[in-house]
Amino acid sequence: MHSFEFTRPENAAAAITVAGQAKTAQQGADIRFVAGGTTLIDLMKLEVETPARLLDINHLPFDKIEEMPNGGLKVGATVRNSDLANHARVQRDYSVLSQAILSGASAQLRNMATTAGNLLQRTRCVYFRDTAMRCNKREPGTGCPAITGSNRTLAVLGTSEHCIATNPSDMCVAMAALEAIIHVEGPRGARTIAFGDFHLLPGSTPHRETVLEPGDLVTHVTLPPSRAGSRQVYLKLRDRASYEFALASAAVVMNLTGGRISYVRIALGGVGTKPWRSPEAEAALAGKPANAANFRQAAEAALRNAKPQSENKFKIELAKRCLTHALKTAANG
Amino acid sequence: MSDKEQSNPQNPTRREFLSTTGTTAAASLIAAYMPLTANASEEEETSGASGPTIDGAMPITLRINGKDRQLRVDPRTTLLDCIRESVLLTGTKKGCDHGQCGACTVHVNGRRVVSCLSLALMHDGEEITTIEGLGTPEAMHPMQSAFLECDGYQCGYCTSGQIMSAVALLKEPCGADDASVKELMSGNICRCGAYGNIVAAIQQVRKRA
Repeated sequence: MHSFEFTRPENAAAAITVAGQAKTAQQGADIRFVAGGTTLIDLMKLEVETPARLLDINHLPFDKIEEMPNGGLKVGATVRNSDLANHARVQRDYSVLSQAILSGASAQLRNMATTAGNLLQRTRCVYFRDTAMRCNKREPGTGCPAITGSNRTLAVLGTSEHCIATNPSDMCVAMAALEAIIHVEGPRGARTIAFGDFHLLPGSTPHRETVLEPGDLVTHVTLPPSRAGSRQVYLKLRDRASYEFALASAAVVMNLTGGRISYVRIALGGVGTKPWRSPEAEAALAGKPANAANFRQAAEAALRNAKPQSENKFKIELAKRCLTHALKTAANG
Repeated sequence: MSDKEQSNPQNPTRREFLSTTGTTAAASLIAAYMPLTANASEEEETSGASGPTIDGAMPITLRINGKDRQLRVDPRTTLLDCIRESVLLTGTKKGCDHGQCGACTVHVNGRRVVSCLSLALMHDGEEITTIEGLGTPEAMHPMQSAFLECDGYQCGYCTSGQIMSAVALLKEPCGADDASVKELMSGNICRCGAYGNIVAAIQQVRKRA
């Protein structure tokens, strides 16, 4: 691990001022916030990340889950994943989020990992994690050997000729379906970012994964008020029964009125270069009867633009079956 | 598992033998993690550093197993390396060093974490419990006794992490069945494959509680 300077800024303003001096907030950032450390310390050991300064934000007042006047929920940036998943209100009204978080990582890692850290979780692509390999995300312009190499676990949606790395987060898939809002404070003040606008497609700049700029500090995430009678399911398919990243996953938030789908939000995990909301699948179901044929049609719509790589064609059918089953489970629940 | 074995020059422990016959290169590696006092098993810590000065080292106080430890650590030092190399509590094991195996599991403020993915400096003033803080050979924690009774190990390398996880699990939301225990223990890998007996040990403690 490279040497770095470690400090604990007194408050958010001080943290933002220091971090605002960074050249980038993206891959290779010279100044990084650290909270749980489960991604960053790992990548620093691999020398994929080599920040010169670490700003410890664990003591800043972002560790609470609070009810909002509008009935929504405010989740602090440093709330631990385990606390969020086991929160009574989350289990009752946002159960897709609870299910998603508990399906990821291990109990120890969930005790460490934070809300904002999980938003910024990095890909598990083996080429990205190995500095002996070329990688456009780690070193722009060096190429993507994954495209002709080991790509069984990589993405089929949102890829480009420069990068096919999968976003590994489960939490983010649920938050995409819940239409969470991300709150950021930066050198130019506070702003909010719709969940779907936060992560970027790789395109020709795979080293840019989010819209965050130097000094931007995620302070909290808000969940909109839950809808009465909402049926929520997170289904995750993977190589092991536990402690493994998704090959395909689906988050479904659905309301039924008289057997018809009156509201539905759908997001997929394990198959996209970012947490993959599917407006195509949602449109295919809006107002339709909740039945197997319509669920399959929605799944077809969600994967219509999928592009397989040499080893991961199976993911397309797997993701379709995953979504179909999640929709069925939600409708029957 | 115990680090409380008495030092005996006539009959050194394996660890003492290895650490006194190490090469100069190994000695210089060890020096990078020098504790404030040369022998951390001494009852009283002193505030002045007696070891070599480490460039950029920062002071922290960790309360480990109920005892305050004042240390100076390089910012890169993980909580795991600090516990093993500075405080010389070697019951906590280094397996993968990337948060994937669970061998380094300890409790921070009563909750289980993997100590390899956390920096020691992030835990200034916090309460750390390691396997040495759970029980003694004479007065074992019920989970330690259950692992013995149920044969919840083979080589023993993952055992301290398994037991630290299992003890934390007792206070976490967990269904009554074996499947729930397996799910919450999935972050602790046992390459000998003692999983069946590990689950049995945990269930035995839960049923007696």
